[in-house]
Amino acid sequence: MVSIRSIPSTPSSLTPNDLPWIIKHNEERCTLCGRCTSVCPVGAIKLSYMRKRMPRIVLNSSERGSSYKTFVGIRQRTDPAHRCVGCGSCSMVCPNEAITPTPNSNDDRYRFQSAQKGEPVKRGGRRNVPGASLLDRIIFNRISMLTDPALDAGRHEFQLNTLLGRVLPPEEFLRRKLAGEWIPPVREIFPFIIGSMSFGALSPNMWLGLLQGVAYCNEVLGIPVVMATGEGGCPPWVLKSPFLKYIILQIASGYFGWDEIIRAIPDMQCEPAAIEIKYGQGAKPGDGGLLMWFKVSKLIARLRGVPEGVDLPSPPVHQTLYSIEESVMKMIQSLSMAWDFKVPVYPKISGSTSAKAVLNNLVRNPYAAGLLIDGVDGGTGAAYNVSMDAMGHPIASNVRECYLDLCAQGKQNEIPIFAAGGVGKNGNITQNALALIMLGASGVHMGKYIMQAAAGCLGSERNRCNVCNIGLCPKGITSQNPKLYRRLDPDQVAQRVADTFMAIRTEMKKIMAPLGRSQSLPIGMSDAIGIEDKDVAERLQIQYIC
Amino acid sequence: MCRLALKTANEPFSPFEVLQAMEAMQEGYDGSGLGLLLRGLEFIDFKYNSKNPVLSGIAHTEKALHRLNDFMQNKGFELKYDHEFDVDISRIEAGDRHKYFLRVYKQPSPWADFSEQKIENELMLTRLALRRDGEEHNGDLTVFSFWPDVAMIKEVGWPLGVGKALGLDADRIKSRVCMAQGRQNTNWGINLYACHPFFIQGIGTMTNGENTAFIPIKDWLTGTHYPGYIGYQSDSEVFAHILHYVIKQLGLPLEAYKHVITPLKTEELLDHPQGDFLLGLRNVCRRLIIDGPNCVMGTLPDETCLLVMDAKKLRPSTIGGKPGEWAMASEMCGVDAMIPDRDRALDFMPMREHTIIVPPDRQEIKIWSQFDQFPQPQAA
Repeated sequence: MVSIRSIPSTPSSLTPNDLPWIIKHNEERCTLCGRCTSVCPVGAIKLSYMRKRMPRIVLNSSERGSSYKTFVGIRQRTDPAHRCVGCGSCSMVCPNEAITPTPNSNDDRYRFQSAQKGEPVKRGGRRNVPGASLLDRIIFNRISMLTDPALDAGRHEFQLNTLLGRVLPPEEFLRRKLAGEWIPPVREIFPFIIGSMSFGALSPNMWLGLLQGVAYCNEVLGIPVVMATGEGGCPPWVLKSPFLKYIILQIASGYFGWDEIIRAIPDMQCEPAAIEIKYGQGAKPGDGGLLMWFKVSKLIARLRGVPEGVDLPSPPVHQTLYSIEESVMKMIQSLSMAWDFKVPVYPKISGSTSAKAVLNNLVRNPYAAGLLIDGVDGGTGAAYNVSMDAMGHPIASNVRECYLDLCAQGKQNEIPIFAAGGVGKNGNITQNALALIMLGASGVHMGKYIMQAAAGCLGSERNRCNVCNIGLCPKGITSQNPKLYRRLDPDQVAQRVADTFMAIRTEMKKIMAPLGRSQSLPIGMSDAIGIEDKDVAERLQIQYIC
Repeated sequence: MCRLALKTANEPFSPFEVLQAMEAMQEGYDGSGLGLLLRGLEFIDFKYNSKNPVLSGIAHTEKALHRLNDFMQNKGFELKYDHEFDVDISRIEAGDRHKYFLRVYKQPSPWADFSEQKIENELMLTRLALRRDGEEHNGDLTVFSFWPDVAMIKEVGWPLGVGKALGLDADRIKSRVCMAQGRQNTNWGINLYACHPFFIQGIGTMTNGENTAFIPIKDWLTGTHYPGYIGYQSDSEVFAHILHYVIKQLGLPLEAYKHVITPLKTEELLDHPQGDFLLGLRNVCRRLIIDGPNCVMGTLPDETCLLVMDAKKLRPSTIGGKPGEWAMASEMCGVDAMIPDRDRALDFMPMREHTIIVPPDRQEIKIWSQFDQFPQPQAA
C-alpha cells in the first residue's frame, strides 16, 4: 500500500470510464496525423509523448537492467472541463478509422462533477430524454376507403398551406368589408416554419444558408416557407431586401437587434411575414434568452448594440410585464402600429398549464394574430441544464386543451395555435407535425430538426455534442468563429433546406391522401388519429387503438 | 355511395316518379333506406294553404303520439289536416312504426305579430323541442321537418318498396319539388336522423360522397351555439347547415355557398375580379371547407334548387330538362327516368367551379361559375 498523497486523486478525478463518452483509439491504425486533436471542439484528446519501461534480463552486470521507449499516442482527457462530448468530429476527420467516441454503458460519474467553480452545467440542445416521443406514437387510422377511393398522393392537387394571422368571425368580416374598416393581416404560409434561432446563436453561414433555402422554396418550388429570427435582430441587408417577407422577426425581453430593425423600417421593401413576441421558450421556461460571451463577435455586437465578448442574458420577462394582459396588449399594439397594422403580431410562450389563460386573453385582444406554444422538448442554443431537463409542459396536451377551449367558444378559426417543442425529435417530422395539426395546431415551428436536417447538427438527446452555447460547434452551425463556420457551405445548407421541404411536402400528401384530405389542412381532424395508450387517448380526446 | 334524384316542375307531380328514378339508379347503392323531401305541396283531399307549417315525422308509439298532440296543443298550434298514409305495414322493415305523421297546423295566433325571422326561429325551436322530447323517451318520436310547404319522409328499406308501403304511388300527395336519396347511413348504426335530405329552416340538402373534413366542420358549427346546428349523425348534415349559415346567418347570396365549401385556389383568386373579398371570405370560413368527393343537391324556401360538386367528384351528376321541368340525379339514367322527353344534348354535368341554380320560375337553369363576377354588390 502506498501513501494517499502519491496517488493523484481529487474529488473530481475521473477516469475515461467515468465519462459519458469514451474515446476508442486504435494505436495500430493511427497515422499520428493529428487531425483528431486539432478538430476536437473541447480538447478532449491530446497527442502526447509517452514513455514506457522495457524490462530486460541482463546477465552482464556492466549493462543496466531496463531501458525506456518513447512513443506517441492519443489520450483522452478526464478533467470535467475537457470531457469528450461525443460529437464524433475526430472520427469524421480520421483518415484511417482509428478513433471514435463511444457512449459509456457504465455509470456516468461525470454528472456529479459537472458543476465546477460553483457554476451548474449550461449547454445547448434539448431535454435529454431519448426514445420515442408521444407524438411518435400517434398514428393516422381513419383511412378513407368506406365510400370513396382514397386520393392519389402523386396525382391529386393538395392545399397544404395554413394561415398565420387574426381571422375575423365571418359576420364581422362582412361588416367590416362593407364599412371599409381594417381587416387584420393574414399570411398564407407552409405549416412547417423554421423556428426562431437568432442571428448570434447561429453562424452567419448557417443563417445565410437557411435564408437562401427559404427563398428557393418560395420562389422556385412554390412552398411558402417562412423562418423566424430569434432575439437578436437581422442583418441590415436582409431587413432592406425583398427576402424580409419570408422572415418572422422576434422581439424578446432583451430587445436585442431592435435598434437596427426600427431604423431599417423606412427602407424596407416589403413587410416581414410576422412579428413574434417571445414571452417564453419551451427549452427554458421562465428564463430569458442567453448568448454567451464566446459568441458575441464584432458583427453580433454591432447588430445587438452591445460591447464584444460579454454574456448577453435577456431578462426572464419583458420590462412592460406588469400584467400579462397589459403586456400583451401594449406590445402587440405597438408592434402592429410600427407596420401600419399590416403585419401579424403574435406571442410565443412556453408550454404551461397556464397557456389557456394566455390564450383566452388573446381571444379578447382584437390585434393578436395567433399563439405559439413551445413545449418542453424545445431546443435552445444555451440554457441551464436543469431548465432544459426539468421545466416545461409537453406540447401535445397543451395544444389540444387550448384548441378544445377555442372550439367551445367557436373561436378556433380566429386565433391560430402554432406548436413547437420536439417536433421531429426522432426524425419523424411530418408525422409529428400532422399529429399536432390534427390535435388542433395550425402549424409547427421546428428549429433543432432543421439544424439536423439542413446542416448535419450532431446534437442528440443522449447529450451528444450539445455545446452550441460555447461557440465551438464542430459543424460550424452555432459558432461565430470563422475557422469553424467556414466548415459550413451556405449553398449546401440551402440545398438541404430545399430537399427537406420537398420531402415534407410529399410526406404530407402521403398522410393526407389516405385520410381523404386534400382541400385544406386537416386542422383539428381528431377523428383521424389514435394512440395505443388509454390514458393519453382520454386526455387528448382521440381514439384509443390496440 | 348514395344515389340522389331531384325533380322540380311547375306542375305538381307524384314523388313516386322520383322513386322510379331511384330504381333506375339501383346499381351501385345498397338500397338501405329512403329520404324524401317534398316542397310545393298539393293534397288530393285537402286544400292546403302554403303558409301553414307542416310537421313531418314518425311516432313510434301511441304514447309518443299523445305527447306530440299535447305539446302542439299547449303551444297553441291548431291542427288543420292530418294526412293518413295508406300504409302497408308488412312492407316496412322496421317494427316500431306507430304512425307516419304529416300534419298541417295553423300557427298560434300571437305569432301574427311576430317578425318573419322570429316565426322562422320559433318553428325551428318547436321542431327541436319535439326531437329532444323523442330522444328523451328512447327515440319514440322522430321529427324531420316543421316548415310551411315542406314534407319529409325517412325510412329504412328499398326506396321503391318504401314508397309502395306508404302508398306514395296513389298520387294522394304531389309536390313541385321532390328530393330523394336512397341510402341509410350504413357507416354507423342505422339512425333515421342520419338519412338525407337534411333540413333546417326551409333549407334542405342531400349529398353523396364522403366528407372527410366532417369533424372540424362539425366542431366549428357546434361552436356557434346556434340551436339548429345539432345532430351530425351523418357527415353530410353539415352541408345543409353550411348552406343555412351562408344564406341565413351571413346573408350572402346562394352563389357564395360554393365559395365557402370549395373555395378557389389562391392563385386563382388573385386573378379573380373580387379576389380580395373572396380570399377574405375563404379565410374567415376556412373551417367550413369540405373535403369530398361530394355532390350536393339542395332546395331553398322559394323553390330554388341547386347542384354543386367538388373537384374530386369523379363521376359528375347530371341536370337536364326543359322549361318548366328540370331533373338532376347522381347518375344520368336517373334524369332519363324523371324527364325522358327532353333534349339530351342540353344536359349539363357541372364541374368543380359550377353552381347550377334552377330558379323558382324554372324557365332555364343558371350555370354559375366561381370564376365569374360575384353577384354581391359589396364585393365590387
